[in-house]
Amino acid sequence: MKAYYWFSFVLFLGLLATPVQGEKTLPEAQKAGIEVMEKSQQAFYYPGKDMKVDIRMELVTTDGKKRIRVMTMLRWNDPKSKDQKYFLYFREPSDVRGMTFMVWKYPLKESDRWIYVPAIDLVRRIAARDARSSFVGSDFTYEDVSGRNIAADTHTLLREEKLGDRDCYAVESVPKEPIDYVKRISWIDKTTFLPLKEEYYDVQKELARVFTADKIEDVATAEGGEQKSFPTVTKRTMKNLKAGHRTEVTYTSVSYNVGLQDNIFTERYLRNPPERWIK
Amino acid sequence: MRRFPSRGVVILGIFILLLIENTRTVSAQVEAGKEQGGDETQIEPSSDGTSRKWKSFLETLPFELHGFLEARGTLRTQDDPHESKTATLGETRLQLHLFKALDWAKFRIKSDFLYDGVVEGANIDLREANAILTPFEFMDLKVGRQILTWGTGDYIFINDLFPKDYKSFFIGRDDEYLKAPSDVLKTSFYTKAVNFDFVYTPRFNPDRFIDGKRLSYFNPQLGRLAGEDVVIYPRKRDEWFEDSEIALRLYRDIKSYGLALYGYNGFWKSPVGFDPQAGKATFPRLSVYGLSARGKVWKGIGNIEMGYYDSRDDRSGKDPFVPNSQFRFLAGYEQELAKDFNLGVQYYLELMLDYGAYKRTLPRGSQAADEYRHVITLRLTKLLMYQNLKLSLFAFYSPSDQDVYVRPNIHYKITDHWSAEAGANIFFGEKDHTFFGQFKDNTNVYLSLRWSF
Repeated sequence: MKAYYWFSFVLFLGLLATPVQGEKTLPEAQKAGIEVMEKSQQAFYYPGKDMKVDIRMELVTTDGKKRIRVMTMLRWNDPKSKDQKYFLYFREPSDVRGMTFMVWKYPLKESDRWIYVPAIDLVRRIAARDARSSFVGSDFTYEDVSGRNIAADTHTLLREEKLGDRDCYAVESVPKEPIDYVKRISWIDKTTFLPLKEEYYDVQKELARVFTADKIEDVATAEGGEQKSFPTVTKRTMKNLKAGHRTEVTYTSVSYNVGLQDNIFTERYLRNPPERWIK
Repeated sequence: MRRFPSRGVVILGIFILLLIENTRTVSAQVEAGKEQGGDETQIEPSSDGTSRKWKSFLETLPFELHGFLEARGTLRTQDDPHESKTATLGETRLQLHLFKALDWAKFRIKSDFLYDGVVEGANIDLREANAILTPFEFMDLKVGRQILTWGTGDYIFINDLFPKDYKSFFIGRDDEYLKAPSDVLKTSFYTKAVNFDFVYTPRFNPDRFIDGKRLSYFNPQLGRLAGEDVVIYPRKRDEWFEDSEIALRLYRDIKSYGLALYGYNGFWKSPVGFDPQAGKATFPRLSVYGLSARGKVWKGIGNIEMGYYDSRDDRSGKDPFVPNSQFRFLAGYEQELAKDFNLGVQYYLELMLDYGAYKRTLPRGSQAADEYRHVITLRLTKLLMYQNLKLSLFAFYSPSDQDVYVRPNIHYKITDHWSAEAGANIFFGEKDHTFFGQFKDNTNVYLSLRWSF
């Protein structure tokens, strides 16, 4: 009987190890897919040591009614890992003005999130497990805002093609765990590695959501004593085709490497937003 | 809350005029837009009820100005033999929030101007008037009137001894009004190892407690429910520096787990004591020592908090007119069960120390409190329609007191500026003297409409 347990244990270990061996023997198209997506994530979510931006979101219903969300976002990259910290200061609508929101993001595990409600001076931890939840009621999910774990999907480079006048990689990403979509196809710009378009297919295999990068601007910055520029998506849209709802996002006053420090992303500044950075 | 009837009404009047003018402009613009055959984008953002004129007016001010205008009504669902009015609230409230940031300080004034049809009076409730300074990189100072909150409980407070307004909470005001303002000096120190808050209140800030006006309550001296017939006027604690309070918090995060130690020296925040000679309710002396922890647990967020309540005027537990010392404990857990659907549960224990002495000295015929008071709470929140519709339910249930308090609420954001809310405060109880049971004649429903700017 004991031997039987040992046998199952070894078998179990073997099963655990299988995917690791599998990585090495991935088909070429999948290896290429991962490589493109990693570069894309770097270009889209990680440029610079830090970032400061004013964000305006317009949530538009089928009949054209608009709701506006305005906020300032600060992002800091941990130089020692792929961890990131985000700080959001809400300006509009007026009922949420002054609220702050903080995320400590880890690429492989759930983020830590805090919210501060100034009217009652309350700091709350948010028990949000679902990264697929809508961000402030928009068509963007939390993951769309801060990036999805690359290892959570199987990526395949489908083809190289032109999208408009840009040369792109078309990559298919299939979530390993079932979520609200079963397939995503991304068109990644070959030079900037920014996603120009994403199509999300739902369980019925129908096109459900479409992301488009509508405007890309080069944002100049200094890094390591030299001038650099980061191509940045300053206008983007997420359309929910099934609900007829869409969200248009505009980035203004984008700046990188402004000198944010780790200590901004703490309860102190959650309660007392750093005027210097949110002005 | 001070009474400034005439001034309050005048300010409210000015505001209403502004609002009407604003609405008129919007409709004029809409008409103009129609005539030109233009689409809505030409007259944005009037589609959400605010004209550009109003917005640009706000932008020309030398400070930030925000706020809201709200109408809210609450009705008792049954007659209360101790209160003459069926309505517990019928108020129009204007909140103005002024903010100015300079290089060396930030200033904030937030004041509510209200007219209440139930008490037929106007009030000014100054909620915040403070300055924040950073004299050193490692230190912040916040001086003046402010709202203060700390601790980990959800509607349950152990180490948060800042004033609460249970009256507002129970009569259906927005939950922001559960916290009453404090007049304090708050000093915060930040170091790599630990952060430290020190709050000094030079003159005691009591709760806005249930006093018999608007809500009936159990009066232990009479041994029965009472209301506006027996309004509580406690002996005041209002000597500057003598009736002072100190609250401390020492906290740090370890791997995103928030840990904190607390200390408090002051008074019971509601008049839970009684002076039999004077026949007056009192605020006995109190110290509290406690701790809390909060962070990721399983698939959600867990928290624990405890506190030792040292009732300094009755350490032996023999004084029947002063509460005994207590031990309080709270454990909570919150999780997102499905997309935009959250569940929170809490267990709370209040343990009376020296219970034997309490039982022995309790006056004959008085209702004895239990040694252990257990409370379980449940919170359910569901967001719908792009998070514009929020359905929520909060319930307190005490198996030891056999009483229940339920707060269902529906909140809908009609536009970015308009919102409507409906809800209820429902009390059940086997006995008249328990914490929630005493309010059973106050069960009410409320409705509100708010315009924010």
